Amino acid sequence: MPKTLSEKIWDAHVVRSAAGEPDLLYIDLHLVHEVTSPQAFDGLRQAGRPVRRPDLTMATEDHNTPTLNINAPIADPVSRTQVDTLRNNAREFGIRIHSLGDVDQGIVHIIGPQLGLTQPGMTVVCGDSHTSTHGAFGSIAFGIGTSEVEHVLATQTLPQARPKTMAVNVDGELPVGVTAKDIVLALIAKVGTGGGQGHIVEYRGSTIEALSMEGRMTICNMSIEWGAKAGLMAPDETTFAYVQGRPHAPEGADWDDAVAYWRTLITDDGAEFDVEVDLDASRLTPFVTWGTNPGQGVPLGARVPDPEEFPEEADRTSAAKALQYMDLTAGTPMREIAVDTVFLGSCTNGRIEDLRAAAEVIKGRNIAENLRMLVVPGSARVRLQAEDEGLDVVFKESGAEWRAAGCSMCLGMNPDQLAPGERAASTSNRNFEGRQGKGGRTHLVSPLVAAATAVRGTLSAPSDL
Amino acid sequence: MEKFSSHTGTAVPLRRSNVDTDQIIPAVYLKAVTKTGFEDGLFAAWRSDPDFVLNQPRYHSATILVPGPDFGTGSSREHAVWALQNYGFRVVIGSRFGDIFRSNSGKAGLLVAVVDQKVVEELWSFIEDHPDRSLTVDLTEQCITAEGFSAGFEIDAYTRWRLLEGLDDIGLTLRHVADIDAYETRRAEFKPKTQPVKVASLS
Ligand code: SF4
Repeated sequence: MPKTLSEKIWDAHVVRSAAGEPDLLYIDLHLVHEVTSPQAFDGLRQAGRPVRRPDLTMATEDHNTPTLNINAPIADPVSRTQVDTLRNNAREFGIRIHSLGDVDQGIVHIIGPQLGLTQPGMTVVCGDSHTSTHGAFGSIAFGIGTSEVEHVLATQTLPQARPKTMAVNVDGELPVGVTAKDIVLALIAKVGTGGGQGHIVEYRGSTIEALSMEGRMTICNMSIEWGAKAGLMAPDETTFAYVQGRPHAPEGADWDDAVAYWRTLITDDGAEFDVEVDLDASRLTPFVTWGTNPGQGVPLGARVPDPEEFPEEADRTSAAKALQYMDLTAGTPMREIAVDTVFLGSCTNGRIEDLRAAAEVIKGRNIAENLRMLVVPGSARVRLQAEDEGLDVVFKESGAEWRAAGCSMCLGMNPDQLAPGERAASTSNRNFEGRQGKGGRTHLVSPLVAAATAVRGTLSAPSDL
Repeated sequence: MEKFSSHTGTAVPLRRSNVDTDQIIPAVYLKAVTKTGFEDGLFAAWRSDPDFVLNQPRYHSATILVPGPDFGTGSSREHAVWALQNYGFRVVIGSRFGDIFRSNSGKAGLLVAVVDQKVVEELWSFIEDHPDRSLTVDLTEQCITAEGFSAGFEIDAYTRWRLLEGLDDIGLTLRHVADIDAYETRRAEFKPKTQPVKVASLS
């Protein structure tokens, strides 16, 4: 019977299946960070259980870590305890860890692909909902809770009910200035934040095929923002070229075996998805959010919507609440919204390509007065590469701050936070109330829009400069 | 895990949709390394508002939460479940939930009962009219009853069984360790390993 890509990968990882029970899935790669793991290691310790496969497990410090003075001890004692706990657990259980200051430290979803540990046809999990990022390589990758982290540590498997399948067909040539981020923001506005619940989504079509790996990761990253269990894309030459030569990529005969297998990872002709959604990419424009969930977005050229215009009562209420929280008035052109802060970074848009795109816009210009711009590379290695290319100088000369790698203002667990009432244009993935700091207001944007906004001080695209 | 067969307690209506896990417990509260003490962070942004429903004296002893659709979307943090439990909730009744939140609840022993949004609306009115009337959520019968109210709810059969028996997932899986061993012998050689550590030379 013809199968979809996700069904093929799923079936290849079933350790055991029994009627009335979820499938027991084997996990190829388990990524660990400091926030969602301490209670899991504690559980192992209490039960006297070892980590089954330390060689399929890797830890990094990212959520809590400072982006300034990274060589000094972490100032916040509670954050420091959490990071120290991870270090101690890694040592005790024999797990590889990339600590602050290490060349391969960085956001967990940036360093997996960067090290070549994320490859096609795998199952990848992490106690973090944006694990969906790794789906860009043609893998089933999803976020798990702490109890599940403990389960994977102990057994290298996870009981999982088989999700339904969905295809998102994106076709057409992307207009200039429109990026992967705009595709996914437009998609979420179209299908709603609950649109993907219970589904593994395959993004396909000519637009996806034309994207770089960085762009593909941006889209898969935000799968969880519309509720999808996971998002993935068929691996192709672009994928193979990205993986080849990375530290953990297969070599020699293994490489040939791997590629031969990876080429089979496509949805068969005639395979059926439970749901299909189409998106015409040729008609997209830069997309930005106005509200407090990622589905509340409009084209940059549009205006803040009037809650009364929504047909559903629940949407009207939530839009009205969002406008109040965001301190916005219906009818205001999005381009007239002034921001205090621009955040360029996160596992959505903290890769080298994102920094290059933003630097290209900012080069030779100054950021607006009274505005702060934080540039936070997704990993220490992205930071080094950017410095090698002189991007740090471009940002610093424009007045932006050049920081060390980590999650930073994406979730504000470290000192990088919005103050109450502050407004940010952010390349991250969540505009939830208080996400970037208590009382802070977030507009989700692409790196190009972030850069242009930093220069003009109001939400803008490079074409406005 | 403790067995869960039925729970009786009063309920509190949370008339909001899309309450994501950042709302349930903001990131700044996630720095603890234990599973306790998260109650202070529960709905932190709203707790200082005297009108917020949890602050109304008539709902103070509630152990059942009835939120609007898409509760628990967003981040994977199990802390959201622990915060609800630490505060005293045993059951959440709603029409739609974030997938990870629902799965986390099942592992931690918090019952997530899924009902139609129409039932949620009925429950909201019922609770507001009778804030001190207890509801009984019976997992064996899959029903919610109170004096003057009754409705069935959905839960997947496997989670229901585990909750009823109080079974720990890891223990269950370890009964099949031979299957895991066998699977590992069939795994492709080219699959990556994190150890030994390989690091690219700096360009
Ligand atoms: S960058 Fe943001 S979304 Fe990504 S892992 Fe860090 S906190 Fe989560």
